[in-house]
Amino acid sequence: MEDTIKLTYEISGSDLLQAGEASGLLKLRLKQLGIPQEVIRRVSICMYEGEINMVIHANGGTADVEIGADDIFIWLKDTGPGIPDIVKAMAEGFSTAGKKARDLGFGAGMGLPNMKRCSDEMTVTSTVGHGTTVFMRVHIGKSADVASGRLLHASPATPGYDI
Amino acid sequence: MTVTELAQQLSLTVFHMPEPQLEITGGYTGDLLSRVMCRMKPGHIWVTIMSNQNVAAVAALSDAACVLLAEGVAPDEELLIKARERGINLLGSSRTVFPLCGELSRLL
Ligand SMILES: Nc1ncnc2c1ncn2[C@@H]1O[C@H](COP(=O)(O)OP(=O)(O)OP(=O)(O)O)[C@@H](O)[C@H]1O
Ligand SMILES: [Mg+2]
Repeated sequence: MEDTIKLTYEISGSDLLQAGEASGLLKLRLKQLGIPQEVIRRVSICMYEGEINMVIHANGGTADVEIGADDIFIWLKDTGPGIPDIVKAMAEGFSTAGKKARDLGFGAGMGLPNMKRCSDEMTVTSTVGHGTTVFMRVHIGKSADVASGRLLHASPATPGYDI
Repeated sequence: MTVTELAQQLSLTVFHMPEPQLEITGGYTGDLLSRVMCRMKPGHIWVTIMSNQNVAAVAALSDAACVLLAEGVAPDEELLIKARERGINLLGSSRTVFPLCGELSRLL
């Protein structure tokens, strides 16, 4: 893969049942490009969790994806309500999801932690009243080792948190 | 054990089985989708009572070997459509989750 591939997905905020289209399409594309399965799995989880968050919490948004030779980059941008306390939002179990989302199986407060775990780099920027941007980078080579190594340091209190 | 062997051994209902020869390497049980994505490994059987189409999306991106709907839960029409679209093995059982998982642990 010589050139960087750039993809953009519009994520509609109206239908929680339909959410997951973009991550499904991206997964297919990565498969066609011959990206290793474990990398695809991690990118898909990052993308799906981010997509669902934009639908549940921000009334939709845009996902920009860049596939380079060494890394896959994802930018999720929305103009939703923003996140007042990012540290709190990143904690496992914190959720403001409403009943509708919970009835469908969302709202465990594990989406952002999953995105962090599955990416090699993640930055959340948010302004209340203006929106949220999530940047993630997933390294294409040796990603499984990187993820499990980082995880041991990130969550010493949850030994069962394996990937 | 393959998906089709398990379906036979436990007399499971087959809603959709495009990949009968997939090997089951372990399992996970739960209904909170983010938790499932966190814990479930490729090749796992996922036991759940959720029946909406997000189940197919999560099973697909987690590379699950199959989904087993417990307690007589039938898949929503949209879940069946998604399972067909994405090639997900979708099975069912009338048994409750606890004895079902006990049985699975014994077999796998
Ligand atoms: N794009 C967003 N815009 C506004 N708030 C957000 C956004 N993404 C996350 N949040 C806030 O951060 C919280 C934690 O997000 P996280 O994805 O970890 O959990 P969840 O979406 O509530 O549940 P789960 O992802 O487990 O289904 C959310 O409940 C919400 O308050
Ligand atoms: Mg979430």
